[in-house]
Amino acid sequence: MTESGTIASLDWRGERGSGDLLIRGPHAFDPSEGLDRECDIVIRGGIVAEIADAGHGELPGGGEEIDAAGLHAFPAFFDPHVHLRTPGQEYREDIESGTRAAAAGGYCGIVAMANTDPVVDDPAILTALRERAEGEAVVPTGFVGTVTRGMEGRELAEMAALREAGAVAFSDDGLPISDAGVMRRALQYQHLVGGTILLHEEDPSLTGDGVMGEGAVSAALGLAGVPDVSESTMIARDGALCLYEDARAHVQHLSALASVEAVATAKAAGARLTAELTPHHLVLTDDAVRSLDARFKMNPPLRTEADRQSLIEALRSGVVDCIGTDHAPHAPHEKEVPFEVANLGVIGLETAFAALYTHLVLPGVVDLGLIVERMGSGAKLFDLAPARIAVDAEADVALVDLDAEWEAGADGWESRSANSCFTGMRLRSRPVITIVAGSVAYRRREFTMKVAG
Amino acid sequence: MRHLLSIDDLGRDDIELVCDRARSFAEVGRRDIKKVPTLRGRTIVSLFYESSTRTSSSFELAAKRLSADVVSVKAAGSSVDKGESLRDTVATLSAYEPEAMVIRSPEAGAAALVAGWTEAAVINAGDGKHEHPSQALLDVYTLIDNVGTLDGKRIWIVGDVAHSRVARSCIRAFVTMGAEVTVAGPPTLIPRGIDELGSSVSYDFGDLGGADVIYALRMQKERMKEAFVPSLREYAINYQINGRRLGPRQLVMHPGPVNRGVELSPDVIDGPASLITAQVASGLLVRMAILYEILAGSERPRPLTRVGGEGGSSEGAQIGEPA
Repeated sequence: MTESGTIASLDWRGERGSGDLLIRGPHAFDPSEGLDRECDIVIRGGIVAEIADAGHGELPGGGEEIDAAGLHAFPAFFDPHVHLRTPGQEYREDIESGTRAAAAGGYCGIVAMANTDPVVDDPAILTALRERAEGEAVVPTGFVGTVTRGMEGRELAEMAALREAGAVAFSDDGLPISDAGVMRRALQYQHLVGGTILLHEEDPSLTGDGVMGEGAVSAALGLAGVPDVSESTMIARDGALCLYEDARAHVQHLSALASVEAVATAKAAGARLTAELTPHHLVLTDDAVRSLDARFKMNPPLRTEADRQSLIEALRSGVVDCIGTDHAPHAPHEKEVPFEVANLGVIGLETAFAALYTHLVLPGVVDLGLIVERMGSGAKLFDLAPARIAVDAEADVALVDLDAEWEAGADGWESRSANSCFTGMRLRSRPVITIVAGSVAYRRREFTMKVAG
Repeated sequence: MRHLLSIDDLGRDDIELVCDRARSFAEVGRRDIKKVPTLRGRTIVSLFYESSTRTSSSFELAAKRLSADVVSVKAAGSSVDKGESLRDTVATLSAYEPEAMVIRSPEAGAAALVAGWTEAAVINAGDGKHEHPSQALLDVYTLIDNVGTLDGKRIWIVGDVAHSRVARSCIRAFVTMGAEVTVAGPPTLIPRGIDELGSSVSYDFGDLGGADVIYALRMQKERMKEAFVPSLREYAINYQINGRRLGPRQLVMHPGPVNRGVELSPDVIDGPASLITAQVASGLLVRMAILYEILAGSERPRPLTRVGGEGGSSEGAQIGEPA
C-alpha cells in the first residue's frame, strides 16, 4: 500500500501548512526516526523546518514559542476507529466535541465510523459530513462509508460513489457482515473502488444474547457470554476471503487469544489483513465486570487475563498493526441502567495514551517506543503517512507530560459523554498540547502561550 | 446487614444468624395472633418487574407479620408499563421514604444499582439470572431444619443451571455452609466456568446415588429464546428426578413453580422425600428474619430515626432471642 497523503489533508477547520511555531526544549522521541533527545523543534508553514539543539532553535519573523521543557514530544497519534455520533446522535457526541476529545488525547487525526442515524451509506450524507468537519473538526477527520446499504448486510452500498465523495475506507462497524457472500462481493468490488474494509468481526449466531466475555465470570454473574469463537471464526473466514480475492481488510478491536491466532494464521498465509487493538482490551479483563457496572460493557467484550496477555504479545510481535480506541460515547441514561440492557461501548480518546503508559509502559511490559508507534500507525490503513518528527515532515506533534498524575474523569471530559471504563483510575502521563500541521489544536489550560522572539 | 444483594456478601456467620432468627419466628407462627410490632410505622416497598407468587407473597406477608406498611408495585399496570426507567421509578418510590425496598428485576445487577439510588435498604428478590439470595437462605434453613447441618452433605443441583439465579445463589450458600455441591444437567444448560463457584459439574446421573439432597431446578422455558434441549420429553427422559432415580434416603428440593412431569415426576413432588412445601413455609420465616436483620437487627449500622422511641433491640427481646 502507498502512503501518499498527509494527515492534514483530511477535513478539519485548520489549514494545512498554516503554522509557525517554536517548541522549546522538549524531549523529542520518535522511534521511527531514531530521535530520542532534548531539542528545539522549529516549525514553519506547518512543516518541521529544523530540529535544533536545545536552546538553539530560532523562529525568525516571530510566531508562538511553546515552553516544552520537561515535556516529551511524540509524533501525534492517529485513531482509525472513532464514533462521532453525527449525524443523528449529537446528544452523545458531535464532530466538534469528539475531535476536541481527540486533540486532548494527543491525536492529530481520526477516522469516524458510519453507524450513525442515518448511516453513512449515501454520498450526500458523506459530503455533508465533510463540509461540517471543515467548519468544526479540531483535528483532521476522515469518514468511512458503509459497506452495505443501511448496514443491513445484504446489498452493497454505492461504494464507488461514496469513495468519489471522499470515503477514506468502508465499514459496517457496530455490526458484522454476517453473510460470507456479501463480504466476498465487497472485497471483489474493492478492486474498483479501493479503500480498505474495516471489520467488526462477530458471528451473531454464536454471540446470541451474550453481553460479556464467556467464562467463569459470566457463569458466576448469570450473564450470557460471548464465546471467543464468535470473533475468531469470522476472522478466519475473512482472512481466507481476502486471500482468495487478493483484497485487503482490517480487523478492528481484537479481544481474544483465538482472534490473535486467526489473524496470525491469515497473515502467515499471505492475506492482506491488518488488525487493531483497543487500550481497554490491553488494560482490563472480564474481572472488572464483576461489579456489573455498565461502564465495562463493550463489544467485543473484555475477556480473561490469558486473552489480555495474548493481545499484549500480539502488539509486541507485530500481529497487531495499530491501536484504535473504538471511542463510543453514550449518554448517562443509556449506561446507568442494569448491565444487560445498557448500551455497548466506552469513550477512549482522552485516556488511551495514559492508560497504556500507566499499565503497560511504566511496569515495563511494553516499550514506550512501541506504544508511540502503534498509536500512530493506524493512519496507514487509509494510505496516509503516520506523523513523524523529522525535517520536512508535516508538524503533527503531541506534547506529553509523562510525570503528570491525574484521576480519569475527575476534571471532566472534552467528550460530550462520560462513559469511560477508566473513570476514577489514577493515571500517569497526560497529553498537554497537541499540534496539527503547525497549529495548536489543543492546549491544557495550565499551559499558557508566549510569543517567541 | 445493610442490604441483601448477593450471597457473596454473607459469611457463614451471617447465614447462621438469619437462620437462627428465622427459627425464633417459627414460634410467632404458632400463636393465635401471628404478628409482632417490630416494624410498626415503617414502610417497605416491594417492586416486582417479573411475575412471582412465592417470593412476592412471602415478603409481603413477612413484612405484615412484622407490622410494617407495605406498598407493592408490579411492573404490569404501573408507570413502568409507560416506559419509566428503573432509576426514575426508584426515585419516585423513594419519595415515600421507605425503610426497605424489595426488588425483583429481569436484569442482573438491578438490585445493586438501586442500592446506589435510594436511602432505603435494598433486598434482592431476584436479579436476572444472577442471584436470588433470599431463596438460598430459605433453602439453607430448610436443610438445617431437616438434616441438621450442611457440613459434608452432598447436594446435587440438577437441570437448567444456565438460566437459574436460584442455582447461582444456592451454590454459593451451600458451599459456604460446608456442603459438597455438584451441578448436573444437559451440557447446553451448564454454563462454561460455573465450577469456579465451587461446584463440580456432571452431565449425567452416574453418581447421583451419592447425593444426600437433590435440588431440581425449573426448566425456565420463559427465559429461553431458543431450543437448548431438543424437547422437554427428551429432557425428562435423561434428567427427570422420578421414583426410579431417587434413592431411599435422598431428599428432593425445588424452588417452584414446578413443571410437573418435566424436572420432577408427580410421585416425587408429592412423596415423602419432597421438601418443597417445607421450603415454602421456610420462605415466610426466613424473609421475616431478613427484614428483621436488615431493619432492626443488632448489626444495623444506622440509628432508627423514624420510629419514635422504639428501638429495634427492645422489640427483638420481645419475640425472644435465638436459642
